[in-house]
Amino acid sequence: MSPTRSAYFRGVYAALPFVVIVIPFGMLFGVVATEAGLQVWETMVFTLAVFAGASQFAAIQTMQENAPAAIVLVTALAVNLRMVMYSVALAPHYGEAPRWTRAIMSYFLVDQTFATATVEFEKRPDLTLSEKIAFFFGSVTPVAPVWFAASLCGALIGRAVPAEWALDFALPITFLAMVAPMLRSLPHIVAAGLSILLSLGLAWMPYGTGLLVAAGLSMTAGAALDAWLERRT
Amino acid sequence: MIDRSTFWIVVPLLAIGTYLIRFSFLGTLGNRPLPAWLTRALKFTAVAILAALVAPGVLWPAATGGQTDPARLVAAVVTLATGIATRSTMGAIAAGAAALYGMLWLMS
Repeated sequence: MSPTRSAYFRGVYAALPFVVIVIPFGMLFGVVATEAGLQVWETMVFTLAVFAGASQFAAIQTMQENAPAAIVLVTALAVNLRMVMYSVALAPHYGEAPRWTRAIMSYFLVDQTFATATVEFEKRPDLTLSEKIAFFFGSVTPVAPVWFAASLCGALIGRAVPAEWALDFALPITFLAMVAPMLRSLPHIVAAGLSILLSLGLAWMPYGTGLLVAAGLSMTAGAALDAWLERRT
Repeated sequence: MIDRSTFWIVVPLLAIGTYLIRFSFLGTLGNRPLPAWLTRALKFTAVAILAALVAPGVLWPAATGGQTDPARLVAAVVTLATGIATRSTMGAIAAGAAALYGMLWLMS
């Protein structure tokens, strides 16, 4: 097998475990979106156009609360801001690739593909550019199609889910389950804790603007504490 | 119910905005590193936004008309605790769902 081919399959293999996460997440998105009143085709346009799970959930929740479009957008985009870091981290590896290749890769730059690529490049520092590109698209293969297919399945069964299943709480549980493993340092814990307290205290503010103030202040507090702890060591 | 005009404003703009975030450095040959304070702040965006997004709905769920619901509160605490203990998102979801249905069943 050529080195490029084997790099592709290493990518597929490295991203394969994510299937276990992507299937239930994707289905949940489909169910939640159709429960919120979207048609199956609208759900699919949404998931294909945006392709960023956490922000799709965030947009559904804020739209259900009848927030204005600008607030929905700011909230959902804020969830995706972390991807700036992914873009920065991968840029040195792919800078020499043709621009159209980088344009396609950008669409597929998600948590899972970023994570597998950084691990691979640390393990194998002397990969060629074409191997790196092949690896990236390998890691896309088990993630993106599965996410779209799972969203579609969820959207198709969505309306059939009875109210007793308390699916209204699927979103909060999903968000909490995503936050909890991120609480790995004191600044992260402080940011999350402060964010919870402030969002409760500011819940009276109109159209979910309290959320943005709470998140902005907590993010700043987390970063400030992080910087202070670093200076002390 | 989601307002359709909001939906059709949000979807294309969110798609373009998210794409530009991903394309930002990868697409523009940007080998310049980000300023340290920005990298630091970005580490905390997801935690801060997701926590703020979820807290009011946990304490005052819309499904119960804003009344605090023991089943939903317990499910939230179990989810968070399991996620912290196991570092597993799927494990936390499973535990939270089990707690929610267990509590709803106990209370019925």
